[in-house]
Amino acid sequence: MKKTLGYRFNIFLFLLPALFLFIAVLIAPIGMSLFYSLHNWNGLKTPEFIAFKNYVELFTSGSINFTRALKNALLLAFFSTFIQLPFALWLALKLAKGIRGERVFLSVYFMPVLISTVVIGQLWLKIYNPDYGVLNVALRALGLESWCQIWLGDRNLALGAAFVPILWQYVGYHMLLMYAGIKGVPPELREAGMLDGCTDGQLNRYIVIPYIKPILRVSVIFAVTGSLKSFDLIWVLTKGGPVHATEVPSTLMINLLFLRNRYGMGSTIAVMLIILCFFFALLINMVFRKEKVV
Amino acid sequence: MSTVSETRKVGRATTAGNKITVSKVLIFTVLIIWLLICIFPVYWMITFSLKDNTEIFGENVVGLPHKMLWSNYTEAMNTGHMDVYFLNSFIIAVSTILITLVASAMATYAMTRLVWKGRETMNKFFMLGLTIPIHAAIVPLYVVLGRAGLLNSYVALIIPYSAFSLAMGILICTGFMGDIPYDLDEAAFLDGCGVWGIFGRVIAPLMVPAISTVGIYTFLQCWNELMFATIFNSREAYRTLPVGVQELFGQYQTKWGPVGAALTIATLPTLLVYVFLSKRIQDSFIAGAVKG
Repeated sequence: MKKTLGYRFNIFLFLLPALFLFIAVLIAPIGMSLFYSLHNWNGLKTPEFIAFKNYVELFTSGSINFTRALKNALLLAFFSTFIQLPFALWLALKLAKGIRGERVFLSVYFMPVLISTVVIGQLWLKIYNPDYGVLNVALRALGLESWCQIWLGDRNLALGAAFVPILWQYVGYHMLLMYAGIKGVPPELREAGMLDGCTDGQLNRYIVIPYIKPILRVSVIFAVTGSLKSFDLIWVLTKGGPVHATEVPSTLMINLLFLRNRYGMGSTIAVMLIILCFFFALLINMVFRKEKVV
Repeated sequence: MSTVSETRKVGRATTAGNKITVSKVLIFTVLIIWLLICIFPVYWMITFSLKDNTEIFGENVVGLPHKMLWSNYTEAMNTGHMDVYFLNSFIIAVSTILITLVASAMATYAMTRLVWKGRETMNKFFMLGLTIPIHAAIVPLYVVLGRAGLLNSYVALIIPYSAFSLAMGILICTGFMGDIPYDLDEAAFLDGCGVWGIFGRVIAPLMVPAISTVGIYTFLQCWNELMFATIFNSREAYRTLPVGVQELFGQYQTKWGPVGAALTIATLPTLLVYVFLSKRIQDSFIAGAVKG
């Protein structure tokens, strides 16, 4: 094919729809968010340039309390990495070994991932309902009346109660990725291990897990960045309350934007989230690369 | 594929051959318990969508409904407007899928089948979309859509959803397009086809399997999306299911039946698609994660 001007123009035409969408909706807004984040702006008046004052206020203001929101998100990331992922890995290892009803288990475990988070949230709201919710009803039936709680209304319990459905919903997702990885381990490797007299545990520890490290890396990145960005379930369950106990960066951002009309500050949180997501992705990549050498 | 079935066979053989040990029983018990925990909310939702308050609140909390109360569904439709929200979600999802498919197939064609400098850089540029959080776009889009008078419209969600589905669309299409032999392009070229002819008559028809994978993935993304939907389309006429269900919950604080019906209506399409295409859905999630 000749590389004429027409050919080049055709290439451009083929790329045009995707490029237009991508630049208009993803790239340009990042620039705009950065711009807004350096301004004091309520959405109506002309933005007033204040350099990095928003960023300073974000970390020092007690009424915004971004550090608490960030701490909550990081706590979720911690639970996600050290409880949800190991459990998902355990499930994947057991299923991939070829258990009876493997496909059924796999498909059911993955199902919560596909259900709308609003639906999941509404259902858990009802499970947690202090008067009629299944949880308290079950506790009463077991004679554990004193364990009954106003799960999502108690400042000390709400965060934990909100984390449970989030962690629960995505176990299946990580399990599926790991399962696919384990199924991809070459049978020769397994057989070699078995000939050397490895037990199942040793096989998993020295052959399977090192082999699926790239997938574990992806899972950890998703778990951590997903926790930083978490919004849906918290929004449905508590809207960040009670008294901001379950606030995460995303809910804080929505509150600042639509309750206080602070567009500049909302953008500052958006920019912080982008930076944090990229930072943690790089950090996790580095940790995994280092381990490879050892 | 053959390796998978082989390992599976090996696995089966050992499970059947070994004695049933205590640890195996324990493992199986945990797997079953987790299975029940995963199914329970959905089971509970469907059963209480057919019950009245006396059953839900005491008489029969987790059992099957004594009397099927289908009126909960008509109530969710008529006074809860679930039919409107369903249609909105459907229109938005279908339009998003179409735009994503066309834009990503065209871009992938330009980046994999046409020869030019910088096509790999361009691909990397698009792959940035996999890591950019939607938060980045919220304030600017809200401001721009507001100025253009486009808040509370179908476009307000279709365009952002398409843009954010694009990276995954291109990723999946690249995998599929790589499997189409280049000889076909050459043959078509010799027969007098231009780049558009090759794309339209040779490549596009062979991309059908990719269409379903991209379609399913995009469908799930926009059917369940909450953040954009809450902020951009809050008025009733353009609400999607997730936002609509949220509003309904506020209306029916004390009457759970219709809420259950609404939740079931919102979930049923996804569950149906999953029942028939579970393998394909799982594969599309794996493809998206492993390469991303």
